[in-house]
Amino acid sequence: MYPLLAILVGVLFGSGIYLLLSRSLVRLIFGILLVGHAVNLALFTTGGLVRAKAPLVPVGETVPPEGYADPVPQALVLTAIVIGFALVAFTAVLVERVIAQSGSDDVEELRRNDP
Amino acid sequence: MSLLPALPVLVPLLTAALCFACWKSVRGQWVIASVGAVTLLGVGGWLLAAVLEEGVLLARIGGWPAPFGITLAADVLSALMVLVTGLMTVAVTAYSLADIDAPRQRRGYFPFLFLMLTGVCGSFVTADIFNLYVWFEVMLLGSFALLALGGERAQMEGAMKYVALNLIGSSLFLAAAGVLYSVTRTLNLGDLSLRLAEIAEVQPGLVLALSGLFLVSFGIKAGLFPLYFWLPASYATPPAAVSAIFAGLLTKVGVYTLIRVFGQVFPVLERNFQILLVLAGLTMLLGVLGAVSRFEIRKILSFHIISQIGYMTLALALIASPDPDVRKMALVAAVFYIAHHIVVKTNLFLVGGVVRAMRGSYDLKKLGGLGGTAPWLAVLFLVPALSLAGIPPLSGFWAKLAVIRAGFEAGEYLLITVALVAGLLTLVSMIKIWNEAFWKPDPVETPRPAVDRARIVMRVIPIALLALVTVAIGVWPQPLFEVAERAAEQLLDVESYRELVGRAP
Repeated sequence: MYPLLAILVGVLFGSGIYLLLSRSLVRLIFGILLVGHAVNLALFTTGGLVRAKAPLVPVGETVPPEGYADPVPQALVLTAIVIGFALVAFTAVLVERVIAQSGSDDVEELRRNDP
Repeated sequence: MSLLPALPVLVPLLTAALCFACWKSVRGQWVIASVGAVTLLGVGGWLLAAVLEEGVLLARIGGWPAPFGITLAADVLSALMVLVTGLMTVAVTAYSLADIDAPRQRRGYFPFLFLMLTGVCGSFVTADIFNLYVWFEVMLLGSFALLALGGERAQMEGAMKYVALNLIGSSLFLAAAGVLYSVTRTLNLGDLSLRLAEIAEVQPGLVLALSGLFLVSFGIKAGLFPLYFWLPASYATPPAAVSAIFAGLLTKVGVYTLIRVFGQVFPVLERNFQILLVLAGLTMLLGVLGAVSRFEIRKILSFHIISQIGYMTLALALIASPDPDVRKMALVAAVFYIAHHIVVKTNLFLVGGVVRAMRGSYDLKKLGGLGGTAPWLAVLFLVPALSLAGIPPLSGFWAKLAVIRAGFEAGEYLLITVALVAGLLTLVSMIKIWNEAFWKPDPVETPRPAVDRARIVMRVIPIALLALVTVAIGVWPQPLFEVAERAAEQLLDVESYRELVGRAP
């Protein structure tokens, strides 16, 4: 399972970065989205991929039995997904405004303002 | 457990929430924002006094024992940063009342400003790497909204670059935090420091790779070479008050996290600091060369931010020195430099805003003759400008002197030379603004349109206040140096940081 997810994370990162490098602003949004997914998936994998083993502490013990999935990365992923959603939503609106004002979704059009 | 370390977060958060609640009434927002700004300054002063008195203050959120819950930790560096942030908030809020136009104020300028400040202060007090990520995002969302507010075309294009680059930086940071957790199984900075030191003994390559990820993501925030191109493109577009608070605080949050993470959390790895030294030199030099070649006030000032970040990074990079005295001198210099720089840089952008308000342009080619019509403004420009260049007896002189002394002790003569050349070029470009905007004859022959005197005066009051602070630090640098020394001692005492922050209760 781990190699499969590792490859999937790699593919997501690769395609995300490919889209980020393109000149189109719409592709930029999708690039940010894919890179975000890649990071979230990688974060999720660090918790361990274990099926149906909750980290519950039995009565009389202080630590859960071995072989459970670490819940901390799962909590982090949830937070990261929510934040990522807000950021992508903002970026989408921004891109919409930029395209409406400049009439093009080409990044090269944004150069007038450059240093 | 006291709540004091959480106050720098709670005050701006509450202010933002109340401002959102008062959405319809701009005057209501003025009152709330002013009270919030003064309260934040007060909290900063209180926190610094308490930390100097009692040492590091901790707040375990939710009562979870370390290293499991989120810990907020305020040491002298955090408290000093909160205090300076409070001072900037007061100055910029007062300035905004006159500078930000009515449509922007109606569309939520004040709530977004304080939302951003919540993220800034949160980054200063947190001692948890994931929590730091969350505060970064809060800061980013607030700054995105402030940058795009108003919807002018130039602003949108600047915001696009800022948003894209910062989102990539955030993704990298999150990925780095994830890998860090999978290696160490902890998020608490004190505990991380302990575990990373253990891992570095066995697998130094792994720690080096991890620190590289953090270096890139914090480098984007701080504007280090070669990751600074978004900065002049975006900082020169929003209203003056927004540029000013961005210029003062946002990149410095990046530098602060660099100090925190590379000074305390990661073990001192020679190679990292060699990279930082090279980056610092290039950042100083290329930043100032960018400034010399521009002809627009805010572009010049934006490039100077980059150049000054180089000085702070230089000071940080010197803590790899084997000599403990040099390490301490370097950190004192870095802390002093940050505090001085925030005040001066914000003030320069505010002065630029007054020039724009009086003449309608930032372009030096269209400006001139201000020295005759507004000699007081020339003086108010000269104080922060000379301080930035490092002319005694202003605050920048002591800051640069401290950095150069530390570099001299460490034997980095090449970088000292670069720093001195960059200082000279800073003076050149400040004199360019001085000559072009203030003493050249006015290129526009027809009489200028009348300016709203009351609004100019409202803008000048915070500028004069900040200029006074600059002069005061310059004439009495001792108190700030003492605070910086305490901060440096705490930062270097990694053992007790690990013990305090990373261990229960």
